[in-house]
Amino acid sequence: MAKVPVQFTLNGSEKAEFIDSGTTLLNALRDKIGDTSPKGGCHQGTCGACSVIIDGELRLSCLTLAETCDGAAITTTLGLAEGGVMHPLQRAFLDTFATQCGFCTPGMIMAAKVLLDHTPNPSRDEVIEALSGNICRCTGYEPIIQAVLRAARANSQNAA
Amino acid sequence: MAIRRGRGVAAINYPTGMNLGGDPTQALVHSTPTGNFMVTLSSVDLGQGMKQIMAQICAETIGVPTDRVVVDTADTDTGPHCMGTFASRGTHRAGNAVIQAAREARQVMLEVAAEELEVNASDLETDGQGNILVKGAPQKSISIFDVALSAHFKRGRSISGRGMFLIPRSYPEKETGAMKPSTCYAHACTVAEVEVDDETGEVTVLTVKNVFEIGRALNPKMVEQQLVGGSWMGISHALYETTEPYYPNRDHGGTDFNQYLMPGPGDLAETKIIVLERPSADGPYGAKGPGEMCANPQIPAVANAVFDAVGVRIDTLPITPERILRALKAQAAN
Repeated sequence: MAKVPVQFTLNGSEKAEFIDSGTTLLNALRDKIGDTSPKGGCHQGTCGACSVIIDGELRLSCLTLAETCDGAAITTTLGLAEGGVMHPLQRAFLDTFATQCGFCTPGMIMAAKVLLDHTPNPSRDEVIEALSGNICRCTGYEPIIQAVLRAARANSQNAA
Repeated sequence: MAIRRGRGVAAINYPTGMNLGGDPTQALVHSTPTGNFMVTLSSVDLGQGMKQIMAQICAETIGVPTDRVVVDTADTDTGPHCMGTFASRGTHRAGNAVIQAAREARQVMLEVAAEELEVNASDLETDGQGNILVKGAPQKSISIFDVALSAHFKRGRSISGRGMFLIPRSYPEKETGAMKPSTCYAHACTVAEVEVDDETGEVTVLTVKNVFEIGRALNPKMVEQQLVGGSWMGISHALYETTEPYYPNRDHGGTDFNQYLMPGPGDLAETKIIVLERPSADGPYGAKGPGEMCANPQIPAVANAVFDAVGVRIDTLPITPERILRALKAQAAN
């Protein structure tokens, strides 16, 4: 079968690949481009570990065909740090011990980033709602909720 | 028909490791030419923090800062033998092996330092910051960096050590059946408060208050992290999770996350954690295994709270609305 050309921006840099038609964005990112920050947990859209941001929206890369992303701007957790300085969300996850095995962490951070991009000072309930599509086995969620709230406070202090 | 409130308490003791045929773990420690220390293990860090704890234990024993230690784990083809990371045994078994290996490496390190300083090795001590000093005369000192360089390039010594921690197999006494199947018990007690809707059978956990006795907490923040996650997991086991949600037959079981019920961030009970530190006699720096036991006492505590609320004993997990309603029906029929 003929390969399909696809071009998109990943974390600010141009990517162009020939992929098999029907390849998921998750597999294209991990296997073709080498960005393994989105994780394949369930491959059916129920765990949230593969979450990425496409044109500002939170999307499940395991349910998104790569060829539908032509021309899109994609952000993954790998692209959050700037110049070796961690993103406030990454910093907050570290400081609040919000990871253990780490498998859910990139998806959690993507979900949290979209929340904070739209709602810089979320309530606890808004954080819970934003994370409700993501499953975590280890932490009991509370440290993750605290991390997102802490990152929001850090952002508002920087803006002030 | 009403929402009924109940409170349940449960206490557990929980062993560290297992003993079905002897329970060994080995560790190797060696210095690099620049005086960093490498710990080689076959134990796995699966997110619980094994590498951090082993680095702390090695650093404490040798007398260097923790960031001078690198831990390499889990290559069973090439690493020293470990039974594995399970049964809450990692910190206790591997930690004891690392202490033994680090002590041997420290002894060689002090011997090389003694040659360099022209003193007796037994007169030397470490300052924990990367230096070796003469006791009582700290102006006479040498950095561990220089000791390692000397060992490697001048003295021809390997600053290294071997550690082997074994809990031997325990056989039952023929007359009494007494044996020691496990060691180093951790303890916990949980009080859970629930609301049970006696019309729908639905259980809501309002609060869960846990006390854990886990020996010495070698890294208190990581212990807290483990206990918070474990407490939540215990409630999840009590009320939700099963691979066999349907019956009568296993073929009807779930196959994926769509059919495996696991609570999300919206289903959290108010949780309190209290840690009691009572260092264990045989643990590395007094540690026990807090890993799995922290997800256990919530289960009987929730079952007892359900009994307190609606007067039925659910003896099969998870405690689903259906099981509660069936039990209430049976109770009414009697």
